[in-house]
Amino acid sequence: MNPLPLYVAIPLGAAFLIPLLGVWWKKSGETLAPLFTLILAIMAIVQVTRPAAVYHMGGWAPPVGIALVSDGLSTLLLIAINVVGFLCILFSLKYMQMYTGLTKYYSLFMLMVAGMNGVVVSGDLFNLYVFLEVASIASYALVAFGVGAEELEAGFKYLILGSVASVMLLFGIGTVYAVTGSLNMADVAQEIAMRFGGEMNPALLLAGAFFLMGFGLKAALVPFHAWLPDAHPSAPAPISAMLSGVVIKSLGIYAICRIFFNVYGISTGSAGSVIFANAMIAFAILSIIVGGLLAIGQWDYKRLLAYSSIGQIGYVMLGIGVGARVLATGGQLSIAGLAILGGLFHLFNHVAFKSLLFLSSGAIQHATGTRDMKQLGGLRERMPITSFTTNMAALSIAGVPPFSGFWSKLLILIATIKAGHIGIAIVAIIFAFVTLIYYIKVQREIIYGTVSNLVEKAREVPALMYVPLILLAIACVGMGLLYPVVGPRVLEPARDALMNSAEYIQLVLG
Amino acid sequence: MTVYFMCIVLLTMGLYCLVAKKNIVKKILGIVIMDYAVNLYIIIVGYKTGGVAPIIEPNMPAATLERFVDPLTQALVLTSIVIGLGVLSLMVAMCIRLYEKHGTFDMSVISKLRG
Repeated sequence: MNPLPLYVAIPLGAAFLIPLLGVWWKKSGETLAPLFTLILAIMAIVQVTRPAAVYHMGGWAPPVGIALVSDGLSTLLLIAINVVGFLCILFSLKYMQMYTGLTKYYSLFMLMVAGMNGVVVSGDLFNLYVFLEVASIASYALVAFGVGAEELEAGFKYLILGSVASVMLLFGIGTVYAVTGSLNMADVAQEIAMRFGGEMNPALLLAGAFFLMGFGLKAALVPFHAWLPDAHPSAPAPISAMLSGVVIKSLGIYAICRIFFNVYGISTGSAGSVIFANAMIAFAILSIIVGGLLAIGQWDYKRLLAYSSIGQIGYVMLGIGVGARVLATGGQLSIAGLAILGGLFHLFNHVAFKSLLFLSSGAIQHATGTRDMKQLGGLRERMPITSFTTNMAALSIAGVPPFSGFWSKLLILIATIKAGHIGIAIVAIIFAFVTLIYYIKVQREIIYGTVSNLVEKAREVPALMYVPLILLAIACVGMGLLYPVVGPRVLEPARDALMNSAEYIQLVLG
Repeated sequence: MTVYFMCIVLLTMGLYCLVAKKNIVKKILGIVIMDYAVNLYIIIVGYKTGGVAPIIEPNMPAATLERFVDPLTQALVLTSIVIGLGVLSLMVAMCIRLYEKHGTFDMSVISKLRG
């Protein structure tokens, strides 16, 4: 049986069941949410062994019916979403006990997972929009979950900007439908390739600009980043880990990749795609610079991590944008492949280390009651496991060999230089050092140094909270050392799915 | 062509309202106007002068079939309106909580985070 609909059905059913059973059974969320997310995580890992597949909703074949598609790129994101989702739920079990209304929390969490899974398996533009809204609405509510003044303000800001992005996306989807007469992504791609093979239709160019803006806002690329540094620190720690770890990637980066590579056909070198590729590179460089510079000055630990997310998303986008530009200008396929692989590898690594860092910020806040870096220090003495895992993630994200972050940044830089963008590569290298600087600041102010008053009384967090940290730390080291195992099975199929859009059309339309 | 242009004008009016007004209730109204502008736009994409409802009956003349309006855009807008309602209710709920905290709807008074 094809498991694709289950990725949406299981979390959606759980989101419905948890508050319903919660009326009589207070622990429904704490019991059902880990169970269902564990099933999803195992399903997603097993998905690697399956070939690319299509599921026709209700038995209607595309382009009439709605198709669910799993190819290499979807599988990569499914693993990230469901494994991190399970670990965040584990962490929530103890951490969230300081909040009330927990059945609602777990229900919204499952709704967010359902939305994200839906986005990455959807093969239909409007369906993608609907699932994106499901995930977004759940995340707006979760950012404001603490209902303090700061949480509400951050949530409201995120809600307003997210709604603008949604409006833009719907406008783009309407325009694409008006031009091509279809909503099925593969069918639209075929239509664009056949009808506008050599030239770019101005209406499609406008729709592309709307897509880049809308998904760019969800991914927090720099001109559209204003909500992220407020929203991510204000959310409860497991939600920050989900938002920074997977939401901005599955709703933003994944959708940009899918639309521009597979639907607009950058990989076939259609005209107009150079403009989009250039825009991607420009946003990426801006994100790297702004995210890096603003992160240095932060003394709120979670705020620093949020700005660092912007910078690291910039690196992911740089790899993908350079790959797109090489493909669009008809350059060497091997260089484009290297750039895209680097981008996707950095995306996968960022899932591991940024979720770990946000969870560790939650553990630190749980133990000491603060996230102000000036009041922390000497955590190594009191919380050895949290400090050790935080150290691993910080070294990895700063790009210290042999951790995973080093290899992915190296791949992106090599590809950028090979593609002939020396200036951009120099900026990227300088800001890789800036990343190192602010993570050295994290280490010095939080992990090492003299033991501060608040840390004096802190104790190591309970096992349910540090086990996810340890698992993610193993992923940080393992992704770097075990690339020969992970790469060919997960990353290279994802790269091939982006590089070869004809194969995607073939897969869906048969 | 003019109708599409008017949709863009409506969208821009909503965006202006969202950016320029300080009152958060007015910001919400701006979002709603933008939402409606896009819904209108998608409906117009499927519009046909002298169109009829797309219901197939036996022995229907071919001329009637050609006058069918596109039902898909209407289905899209219906879905989009429902989503818009969900987002709107969440916005209003947050707006009420913000008012309870600060006693005002003025965003410049509420705003403490630096972005």
